[in-house]
Amino acid sequence: MSVLVEQQQPAANPFQAPRTAHNARRRASSIAIVVLSLLATAFAVAVLLYLLLYVLRAGIPYINLDLFTKIPTPNGEPGGGLGPSIQGSLILVGLASLFGIPLGLSTGIFLSEFGRGAIAMGVRFLVDVLAGIPTIIFGLFAWILIVVPQQSFSGLAGGVALGIIMIPIVARTSEEVLRLVPKELREASLALGATESRTILRVVIPAASSGIVTGVVLAMARVAGETAPLLMTAFGNPFFSADITRPIDALPLRIFNFAESPYQAQINQAYAGSLVLIVLILITSFAIRWATGGFKRSVR
Amino acid sequence: MSIQVRNLNVWYGRSQALYDINLSFESLGATAVIGPSGCGKSTFVRCLNRMHEEIEGGRVQGEVVIEGVNIYARSIQPMYVRRRIGMVFQRPNPIPTLSIFDNVALGPRLNGLARGAALKERVERSLREAALWNEVKDRLGEAAAQLSGGQQQRLCIARALAIEPKVVLMDEPASALDPISTFQVEELINQLKSAYPVIVVTHNMQQAGRIADQTAFFLQGKLIEVGETTKFFAHPAQKETEDYITGRFS
Repeated sequence: MSVLVEQQQPAANPFQAPRTAHNARRRASSIAIVVLSLLATAFAVAVLLYLLLYVLRAGIPYINLDLFTKIPTPNGEPGGGLGPSIQGSLILVGLASLFGIPLGLSTGIFLSEFGRGAIAMGVRFLVDVLAGIPTIIFGLFAWILIVVPQQSFSGLAGGVALGIIMIPIVARTSEEVLRLVPKELREASLALGATESRTILRVVIPAASSGIVTGVVLAMARVAGETAPLLMTAFGNPFFSADITRPIDALPLRIFNFAESPYQAQINQAYAGSLVLIVLILITSFAIRWATGGFKRSVR
Repeated sequence: MSIQVRNLNVWYGRSQALYDINLSFESLGATAVIGPSGCGKSTFVRCLNRMHEEIEGGRVQGEVVIEGVNIYARSIQPMYVRRRIGMVFQRPNPIPTLSIFDNVALGPRLNGLARGAALKERVERSLREAALWNEVKDRLGEAAAQLSGGQQQRLCIARALAIEPKVVLMDEPASALDPISTFQVEELINQLKSAYPVIVVTHNMQQAGRIADQTAFFLQGKLIEVGETTKFFAHPAQKETEDYITGRFS
């Protein structure tokens, strides 16, 4: 006699993953990708953090009031400060913004709003080339254009060199964000009888303003740290000078000079100067974003 | 106030979008422009305020005569045409960075039509005309993006009215809206048409029946038939029209 044992199979769960080699491989590769991207991110962040912490640790002990107000001491004697460098950097970046932002923004507007056909292609290509040129070439350019005829290094030459470096950065970022402004907004304004220029100034640019500001801040931060083009333009100056027709100091220049100095006091000040440079860039970008309403979500 | 369209031919680059359109609109009342997608109905209304030229490759031949003036005459600048002809688009397009008030004030400000108290008064009147005033009067300073889709569309209608247009053009004004908002916009059109000539593009035939005194049917870039709405739907003269409105269309 046989007993039929009913094999009570549970109903197959359609959501149960099959235990196959193929499926195991899929899961493994999925986990591997996630782990790899996490590791890579951790590495990138670690490098940045290490850099920041190192500058902080080495620089903080030498941050004091004298650093901001005094001029550098001769021959590596202790004391003194980086006052002229900080003042000079602010002047240089201000000058550069004066040249670079209007020119870059106008180029960006041209490329996104009016640029058609071969001319726009050419301009876009040139702007990209400009963005890729080593910055020392711009220093050389300003040297030939301003320093040689003037027979003197000058803050003006430094500002012009940095300004030209800003142009392609501002132009391409503003072109990108202006392009993102929806066609409907332009049509809304044009259909009200607005001219093309008013539409761009009153509707398109405000709609893209936070992106434009990001580009401007990026460009300013970028040139604030430039050293090479200043070597042959602003040159450096151990005394306070706000005269842009004379040589002027800059933080990156001073850091460059002090970092390879044989005197420990100057090396320490180079670290302190690096820290000041980083913090200055941070403060400026926050200030600009705050002033242009970049942090606000709604209007008014 | 009358609009006559004569021998209108329109191109996008090399492809022709409209062929020899002849059509005239009488003073007040609403005209519905219907037809399947791609038949040229949107192109047609965009030609009535020269917005077609804003599309790359857009080209127009023929005449559109508004109050005796051909708006395509060489001496006419498109922005002066658009200043007198309001337009409402398919997707509500308020400027999201501007407040409710500033959106309505945009046209008068861009064209220097009013300022100060006069501007405030004009904005309020436009919002009332667009049946939006009661909903937004306490929040005029808020961003336009905070409004619902239907409110945004009525805001866009108010914005078009704020330039005191001679004609109001609407390009599928309700096709991106929910049924209730659609109803509100239709109500609004029914009110507006006693004050302005309104030309509405729609792909919804019931909507045409509800709002329009006159209906025009476009097919493949040609004007097939135009007539009084009730007659148009009850006794279409053309075979194509009958096929389209009865749904027998391939």
